[in-house]
Amino acid sequence: MTRVIALVVLAAAVAAAQEHSYTQADIENGARLYQSSCAGCHGPDGEMVPGIELKRGQFRRATGDVDLIQIIQSGIAGTTMPPSSFTETQAGTIVAYLRSAAPASGDPSNPFARGGPVTIARGNPSRGQALYDGKGDCARCHRVNGSGPRMAPDLTEIGTIRPARELQQKLVDPNANIRPGNRYVEAVTRRGDRIAGRLLNQDTFTVQLLDGSERLVSLSRADLRDFTYLKTSPMPSYRDKLTQVELDDLVAYLVSLKGLRP
Amino acid sequence: MRLRATLLLVMTAGAAVRAQQPVTFDRLLHADREPQNWLTYSGGLFSLRHTLLTQITPANVRNLELQWVFQTRGPAEPVEKSEATPLVVDGVMYTVLSPNHVVALDAVTGRMFWMFSPRLSPLARVCCGRVNRGLAILGENLYMGTIDGHLIAIDAKAGKPVWDVAVSKPELGYSLTVAPIIVKDKVIIGPAGGEYGIRGFIAAFDAKTGREAWRFNTVPGPGEKGHDSWPAGSDAWEHGGGSIWVTGSYDPDLNLLYFGTGNPGPDWNADPRPGANLYSDSVVALNPDTGELKWHYQFTPHDEFDYDSTQVPVLTDMEWQGRQRKVMLWANRNGFWYVLDRATGEFLRGAPFVRVNWAEGIDEKGVPKRVLNATPEGTLVYPNNQGATNWYSPSFSPRTGMFYIPSWMDTYSTYTKGDVEYKAGNQFVGRFPTMTVPALRTGPGAVNTRTPQEGWGAIQAFDARTGELKWQFKMADVTDSGVLSTASDVVFAGGREGYFFALNGRTGELLWKGNVGGQVSAGPMSYAVNGRQYVAINAGSALFVYALRQ
Repeated sequence: MTRVIALVVLAAAVAAAQEHSYTQADIENGARLYQSSCAGCHGPDGEMVPGIELKRGQFRRATGDVDLIQIIQSGIAGTTMPPSSFTETQAGTIVAYLRSAAPASGDPSNPFARGGPVTIARGNPSRGQALYDGKGDCARCHRVNGSGPRMAPDLTEIGTIRPARELQQKLVDPNANIRPGNRYVEAVTRRGDRIAGRLLNQDTFTVQLLDGSERLVSLSRADLRDFTYLKTSPMPSYRDKLTQVELDDLVAYLVSLKGLRP
Repeated sequence: MRLRATLLLVMTAGAAVRAQQPVTFDRLLHADREPQNWLTYSGGLFSLRHTLLTQITPANVRNLELQWVFQTRGPAEPVEKSEATPLVVDGVMYTVLSPNHVVALDAVTGRMFWMFSPRLSPLARVCCGRVNRGLAILGENLYMGTIDGHLIAIDAKAGKPVWDVAVSKPELGYSLTVAPIIVKDKVIIGPAGGEYGIRGFIAAFDAKTGREAWRFNTVPGPGEKGHDSWPAGSDAWEHGGGSIWVTGSYDPDLNLLYFGTGNPGPDWNADPRPGANLYSDSVVALNPDTGELKWHYQFTPHDEFDYDSTQVPVLTDMEWQGRQRKVMLWANRNGFWYVLDRATGEFLRGAPFVRVNWAEGIDEKGVPKRVLNATPEGTLVYPNNQGATNWYSPSFSPRTGMFYIPSWMDTYSTYTKGDVEYKAGNQFVGRFPTMTVPALRTGPGAVNTRTPQEGWGAIQAFDARTGELKWQFKMADVTDSGVLSTASDVVFAGGREGYFFALNGRTGELLWKGNVGGQVSAGPMSYAVNGRQYVAINAGSALFVYALRQ
């Protein structure tokens, strides 16, 4: 049975990895996971295990992305390469990162190739948590480990999927680099009703969102008079609200949030 | 003998039994005489993907209803896209479950007559899915390429192999995913694998014995014409790509066979291969008796953006500047759609059908006026790496004169040149580009929270003669679906969103849609049994068959 499940998981991973179309988010998420889970043995540049240069595509066993995902998930029996608990999606993002991190020809400026984009948060996470709950009032909108509202992005594993410097940037400039998964939209029905919320999915005929009352709403585009993407984030800037030390502390706390299964 | 005669009597007396004559090459040549059957990958050797069946019309298509579903996930196989177009011959449907399980089904009920599952080498490695796009038929044999590089003839009645030949080495990344094409007494096929540094080819095999008759190298070696488009004194040509991903077309009057070829290797760093890199990203016209090259046209010389010419050559005759010409229509992954003279390869027209920034048009000789290259810093390029279209079949309707193209609109990728080194059997590509549109996944697919500026999809209809855009059917997501047009002016297509739909072929108006619950990544086809027209489409991991409500 276990084998069957493994096969299914692998199959999904195969499908995810088989086209040449990694998104930037895939690559960045993969970079996080690589630096936290792989770099300890393979090194930040992927060359510390003899005979293997992960970022140059030199492997002992793997011949393609499918093999890489399988090895990341299952490990290699009889060697020091352990199995992992990564989902197929997570393993796929690591492969996306490795595939994107081949050194750029004649240009050493690629941040991934120079040892990964992760910077170490300088602040104090305990003080940061106090800011999160207190002065920052972050818990008024965000959710962590099942506690808090759902409209703003859930931060339970934000430390796994976002680098410290990006978190720092979001705190002072919330409108910079809004991720596709964190987009807010407003729909106006033909009757004039306004429905705003976080966009969850859409197709040619329908739109799915989480509205301001945390209801899962599915709308027919045929019933809409207007549909717009909100260009600004509902999140306030903390540029003038927190000191640099406080920002560092808050970022350190956010970086410490590694999910329910860290 | 008496038993056989008795059985024969019983069988022919049955009302549901249809005549099942061998599929001669003459039947393939004149597939339009039997529109109830779908005898080749694209429905005919001109690859129009156009059915002459007219029972389903713009007026009644809203009455389509699901007749049957067949799950296309093969036994003990992982979930995989289903890219095959079925064949239908005299009431029997033949199709392939990924990667290489062949089935014969009752085309009315979906009940299975037999399944054939070849044993595949564990060494098989495929770039873009453990998939197969379909079968060919000649006489009483079906023909299938396998992901481990074999070509197999299968008895269409018994479901047993007749012969099985090794065409290429799976451990080096050669795989056969394309539906073969039959020309006269030969089965013709070529390998995928451009992402593994293969050297592509098109090869013909005797349909009766499997003996190889000829082989045309899509990357010419020393002494072969076109070799000077590769760097002198280098072995770059040995890993030069030029894969075959989709089925070609055949013109019996000109006795020419046409195939599109894939990207040069490595994909995204062209430094090891200065030159035009013939015959990558091209269409080649071959003598099907000998494999001799008659002409070629290269859509994207010295490609760095993975703009394979993995498209079906669409053949039609039409008036061009005052005289009747035999032409070829081609919507290319590079963002331009072309009209070529298929007798000579002469470039007649090339125009963008999506947003393009890598070239400022095409000059009068048919050479793209290139303005962008991959750089170490990263270059933002429209269309994206998956292309303006890809292997998905377009359609041409001789009635409307329109060329229907599944299109990826306003997509872009950033190409960053990365180091690359060939290692046998490993991917040989360079640094993967980034893009906003995620990979095609199986199952329900990824959610779409993108803005239109990050890419959308469309079925577009162009007047083939004037080049005018006649209509667009816009979709919130891109599409990996082929297009089918009918002689009643209905156009069928689907998309990643899990809809299969019918459009008015003249206006693009949505006439009907069905929810197939999974992404469409195959071409629709149509057939008829006992006077009833059916339309079939693969979506997710299942085959859906529709007909008008009775």
